Amino acid sequence: MKDSSTIVPAVPDQATAAIELRNVTKRFMTPAGQAYTALRDLSMSVAPGEFCAVVGPTGCGKSTTLGLISGLERPSVGEVQVMGKAVQGIDPRIGYVFQSDAIFPWKNVLRNVATGPLFRGRPKAEALEHAHDWIARVGLTGFEDRYPHQLSGGMRKRVALAQTFINEPQILLMDEPFSALDVQTRTLMEDELLNMWSSISASVVFVTHDLEEAISLADRVFVLTAGPATVKGIYTIDLPRPRNVAEIRFEPRFVQLYQEIWEDLRDEVLISYERNKRSS
Amino acid sequence: MSVIKEAVKRAVPAPENSDVQVAAALARRRRILVNVLRVVFFVAIVGGWELFSRIGLIDPFFWGQPTGIVKQIITWITQGTAQGPLWEQIAVTLEETILGFLIGVLLGVVFGVVLGRNRFLADVLGPYIKAANSIPRVVLGSIFVIGLGLGMQSKVALAVVLVFFIVFFNAFQGVREVDRNLLANARILGASSRQLSTEVIIPSALTWIIASLHTSFSFALVGAVVGEFLGSTQGIGLMIQTAQGTFNANGVFAAMVILATVALIMEALVTALENRLITWRPNTVNDVTI
Repeated sequence: MKDSSTIVPAVPDQATAAIELRNVTKRFMTPAGQAYTALRDLSMSVAPGEFCAVVGPTGCGKSTTLGLISGLERPSVGEVQVMGKAVQGIDPRIGYVFQSDAIFPWKNVLRNVATGPLFRGRPKAEALEHAHDWIARVGLTGFEDRYPHQLSGGMRKRVALAQTFINEPQILLMDEPFSALDVQTRTLMEDELLNMWSSISASVVFVTHDLEEAISLADRVFVLTAGPATVKGIYTIDLPRPRNVAEIRFEPRFVQLYQEIWEDLRDEVLISYERNKRSS
Repeated sequence: MSVIKEAVKRAVPAPENSDVQVAAALARRRRILVNVLRVVFFVAIVGGWELFSRIGLIDPFFWGQPTGIVKQIITWITQGTAQGPLWEQIAVTLEETILGFLIGVLLGVVFGVVLGRNRFLADVLGPYIKAANSIPRVVLGSIFVIGLGLGMQSKVALAVVLVFFIVFFNAFQGVREVDRNLLANARILGASSRQLSTEVIIPSALTWIIASLHTSFSFALVGAVVGEFLGSTQGIGLMIQTAQGTFNANGVFAAMVILATVALIMEALVTALENRLITWRPNTVNDVTI
């Protein structure tokens, strides 16, 4: 780990961590029957209400960390804890926004947003009413009857956010949620995300390959190494909140942080790039 | 001033109505042409048939004759068939077809979803399903007639067997193709295993299943009619067989016309069902159907 004034310990406070990964290794079997190590000896900790971003080169295993926290995957070695308890299956306190469209194409907007409460056994009328609230909060009032194929990419993402936020998750996992959007829409969505997050005060792990996005959103940024991934450096982002994502990029402190983290990230990106070039 | 007015007039595009009208007129003309040619085609085939059989190029005793077919249908309608009133024969065949279709679809969907979700079971049963599918299943009709008798059950059973495999393979594939992201998302949102099936897997596989309904309905009809051929006391299949036995070529064709009419009406119903069930899908393929 790098010695820098901005680096804080990987495990700030054992007792209060919302998410904790301890020396986690994750191996997958490839279709060819070989073991592929996605994560190696990775430790990280996220405090309650903290917004953490995880950056790293493409394909380094960033998404795997989310899979482990959510309970969709199990670690090969090591331990994953959520709210002080080892992860066993899927925790209802967790929300997960996926990289690609994961809203249900056969449900209209209202039904999509109401999916979580209905799955969790809330009465239908109550779930639908609650869904109306969240549709209004993401600015999709009037589109309740539309099906996903009738919406733009940005609108579909809003549906996905409402679908996740309606469950009031205490832990919010986001896997490059805005990477498929155009730059303007993306900035708007990032602002909205920060607004919504401030109202529910969840702990967030936001995976991205975009360092700018990571710095403008997060309290702390974890830099991962090229796969197998482990934590290379942790940076505290001391930019004041509330932030305006579109403009924060011009602040001197932002630029300074960017340079500092990029120093760390650049080598990993180069390693990953060289490897991809050779394998292709 | 007048020069400026002229310029303004030119700059403002002429109302586009003329364009739209021309396009609409062209589309209308095309539609009329298509319909006219359809009628011409029908008249040429049926008229040619009638003409050739009248001048003796085709022997109507063996190959039938359109006027003879029409007469036969009228006779059936007014005087009934050898086995009873015409509508009763149609009703019997339809009942067998629909029953076989519904049972076959239900079994196909259930087995397809269960095996699609359970990889282990699918691996164990896979070879047997492939073997069963490779048998020309129409021969099972003989077994069913022996085992279940001349009544309705043997025809329904044959239709079920024919329908089952088509629907089963489609449902199975549909379940296998469900987007992994959707499954993960549903699990995160709190879906139980049953909800995963009813709310994600089946709706997602429905596109595949419904695509198989068109084919499987015609197979249900094949099952019912072939079952009647093999041994029965009622139905359109029996009418065909009786006509064949008495060298009544017109009777065979007349029964075919009735079958085709029934099949087309049912096909329209299946399409209507399809449109009701998958309203969420973008309408991209609707134009391709003939």
